[in-house]
Amino acid sequence: MKNKLISAPYLVWMVVFILVPLLMVAYFAFTDKDGNFTLNYVADVAQYSQIFVRSIWLAAIATVICLVISYPLAYILTGMSKNTQSTMLMLVMLPMWMNFLLRTYAWMTMLGNNGIINSIFGFFGLGPYKMLNTEGAVVLGMVYNYLPYMILPLYSVMVKIDKSVIEAASDLGCNTWNTLFRVVLPLSLPGVMSGITMVFVPAISTFIISRMLGGGGNLLIGDLIEMQFLGNAYNVNLGAAISLVLMVIILLIMTIMNQFGSDDETVLM
Amino acid sequence: MKKISKVYLGLVLMFLYVPIFVLIVFSFNTTKSRTVMSGFTFEWYAKLFRNEIIMSSLANTILIAVIASVTATILGTAAAIGINNMKKLPKAIVLNITNFPIINPEIVTGVSLMLLFVFFAARMNLEFGFVTLLIAHITFSVPYVILNVMPKFRQMDPFLYEAAQDLGCNSRQAFFKVVLPEIMPGVVSGFLMSFTFSLDDFIISYFTCGSDSQTLPVTIYSMTRRKVSPEINALSTLIFLVVVIALVLKNFVERRSESRSLKTKEESL
Amino acid sequence: MNSIITLKDIVVEFDGERILDKINLDIKDKEFVTLLGPSGCGKTTTLRIIGGFINPDSGTVYFDGKEINGLPPHKRNVNTVFQRYALFPHLNVYENIAFGLRVKKVPEKEINKRVAEMLKLVNLVGFEKRTVQRLSGGQQQRVAIARALVNHPKVLLLDEPLGALDLKLRKEMQIELKRIQQQLEITFIYVTHDQEEALTMSDTVVVMNGGVIQQIGSPVDIYNEPENAFVADFIGESNILNGLMLKDKLVEISGRTFECVDGGFGDNTPVDVVIRPEDITIVAPDESQLCGVVESVIFKGVHYEMLIDAYDYRWIVHSTKAAEKGASVGLKFGPDDIHIMHKLKETEQFGEETPDEE
Repeated sequence: MKNKLISAPYLVWMVVFILVPLLMVAYFAFTDKDGNFTLNYVADVAQYSQIFVRSIWLAAIATVICLVISYPLAYILTGMSKNTQSTMLMLVMLPMWMNFLLRTYAWMTMLGNNGIINSIFGFFGLGPYKMLNTEGAVVLGMVYNYLPYMILPLYSVMVKIDKSVIEAASDLGCNTWNTLFRVVLPLSLPGVMSGITMVFVPAISTFIISRMLGGGGNLLIGDLIEMQFLGNAYNVNLGAAISLVLMVIILLIMTIMNQFGSDDETVLM
Repeated sequence: MKKISKVYLGLVLMFLYVPIFVLIVFSFNTTKSRTVMSGFTFEWYAKLFRNEIIMSSLANTILIAVIASVTATILGTAAAIGINNMKKLPKAIVLNITNFPIINPEIVTGVSLMLLFVFFAARMNLEFGFVTLLIAHITFSVPYVILNVMPKFRQMDPFLYEAAQDLGCNSRQAFFKVVLPEIMPGVVSGFLMSFTFSLDDFIISYFTCGSDSQTLPVTIYSMTRRKVSPEINALSTLIFLVVVIALVLKNFVERRSESRSLKTKEESL
Repeated sequence: MNSIITLKDIVVEFDGERILDKINLDIKDKEFVTLLGPSGCGKTTTLRIIGGFINPDSGTVYFDGKEINGLPPHKRNVNTVFQRYALFPHLNVYENIAFGLRVKKVPEKEINKRVAEMLKLVNLVGFEKRTVQRLSGGQQQRVAIARALVNHPKVLLLDEPLGALDLKLRKEMQIELKRIQQQLEITFIYVTHDQEEALTMSDTVVVMNGGVIQQIGSPVDIYNEPENAFVADFIGESNILNGLMLKDKLVEISGRTFECVDGGFGDNTPVDVVIRPEDITIVAPDESQLCGVVESVIFKGVHYEMLIDAYDYRWIVHSTKAAEKGASVGLKFGPDDIHIMHKLKETEQFGEETPDEE
């Protein structure tokens, strides 16, 4: 056990496949095609500020909606019997195990002009409404895909709150709402924080949801990066610069979130 | 209040499941329509199994998931042992780098690995394909193994290892006879996480696969880019079925081991 | 009797801090030896050196006359009972006890026999199939002892084994351990911070503080003839006062002179004076040259504990007769109740040999 050599294979792996690739992102972001140092690409990122703003905005809306839906849900769950709780939890997690491409595809077929929703509207003589290829569809896709990531951390923090604390609050004169705001909310804050990061990070960097539900008109940061590496735009240096900026934004947000004292390990399963 | 809770829970579950059920229902539709059920058929399932691209990418996905998760489990468990014995500063550094693939947006991890592979492809005889996919999958899996195994070391009585030595074990025997059984739950859950993430991964695979070696999610993506194909519905239905069976099985195993430990508890009383 | 374990000039340093400072210790075969001291005194480190879990920075460890420095734990003929037992949670009682034998590939029949013997020795017959987590603290303790003893070690090391048990169970286990040691006729090296435990069970007590051995002796010697103020204070309650050795057999305490039996300190030497609370009798004020006021009286079950304020010192007195709170009383003690000790300038120097002694 004292033998530190045992971790050597991983340490080599870590350096070669985690550290070096990240350094390469930084390297490409600050060099041009001939390998000379340049700040041009990082400066070029500013041209796409509109896309950055849209990504942050849509991801933020989706995160807030997830939080609003999940918080009462998690609270309701903790009040149920142990068996119901685990069944409900399984039901919440189950869609998560289906590939998110399929889940997004499902909405694609439903939201289309010939989709099932518009045909229901049509039955009542309404529509058809343009739902696919809108920002609303993108937000819907984010909420649908990442909702479980918000429910799980909230639930796992709330379920650990000592029931006697809540009893103590009502003993000290709190009604249901007071208890919720003065006791449950502060105690569940770590769960809120990790839920926010777990929804916001994939939402801001997605390119599938925007491509499948947003059409061509609602580009997000993820689309932009993908286009530089695999698309027609092919510009590795610019792609690296955008990735670097995205990474910095996310690290900043994570640091701010950690300020709220959520040192809890994030719940993934 | 109770009633409102139940209605609310029902609505959220409906939101989560309706799209999936729509996919499932239309997988049996005789026409390609997504709004009208014109008749019942297994045609799309038959077509699915005859689709060589899907079948070969499915085989590829499973093969990669098995190799990647086994490798990641061994590499990560060994790493956790070594990291656990490190001094404070190196430990913090290694754990922080290890966390990168977990907190970074997947697209950044994918892009960074792609840059590395492009670099190697240009200088050595490396082609994008099975090998690059495998390396990428191991890379994003190992951190989850480490994340699962490390807390088990913290929970373990540090004197168990010494007790084993005291009773005549050399360090190897002490590890296999005492330490490994203790950390086994962490190793198993790390393995399962790696395996499912590897099966499910799209974004990182998308940036690191070649044209001849794809995983199922990558194939699904290219299918959704083309015209409507009910084969995807059939595939979704099958995947949903597999997920349900897997989760029910997992729950069954957990409940049984729980009741078994309850029984021993009663015996001892 | 032969020495089974000898420690010679053992030094252990950790992060520049000296944990053990030149420990010399001779442990005889079949002896019950207790290492006694406050936490951080180095007693557990000493035990771990014998067990082979730590290698000393300098000094030598002998087992049966042979040097065993650097010999790994699994090659030493000693076994350990760990502080919180360190039972293997994935194995049941039987498999825990059989563990050491299985590692040594002892035949199944022999394992069966020896485990059964051990279960009988520790009164756990019928518990073979239980999982260890479901056992009570006392039962876990017994499994830990059986698991160590089944290997027939020549020396059993016990690291505060009763620390986690409640008082009643602790008393029972003390007697039990002593019985097992006498029945098996092997050496026990026992670490504790509980002085009562040490005095009850041991043949020899080794008092340690600050990485240095303060005194080695039988329980009676340690109690009656503490070698310095630390030992006196640590073993039982004591009144420790500043005194002045006027000349041999005459000491000044609180401005009064008293006859005593010690000598050889040199004239007019400052010394520590130790008087045990139970050696003091309470008399009428005019019968003693040392008078004070009773500050408090607490009933302790067998005796009363009184605090008496007299000449800037608060005396602890144990007596079966209670004095009135607030009353003026006299304190009386005989010459052989006064124990004179060298003054210690600093804690680190505790136990250091003073050149002019004897």
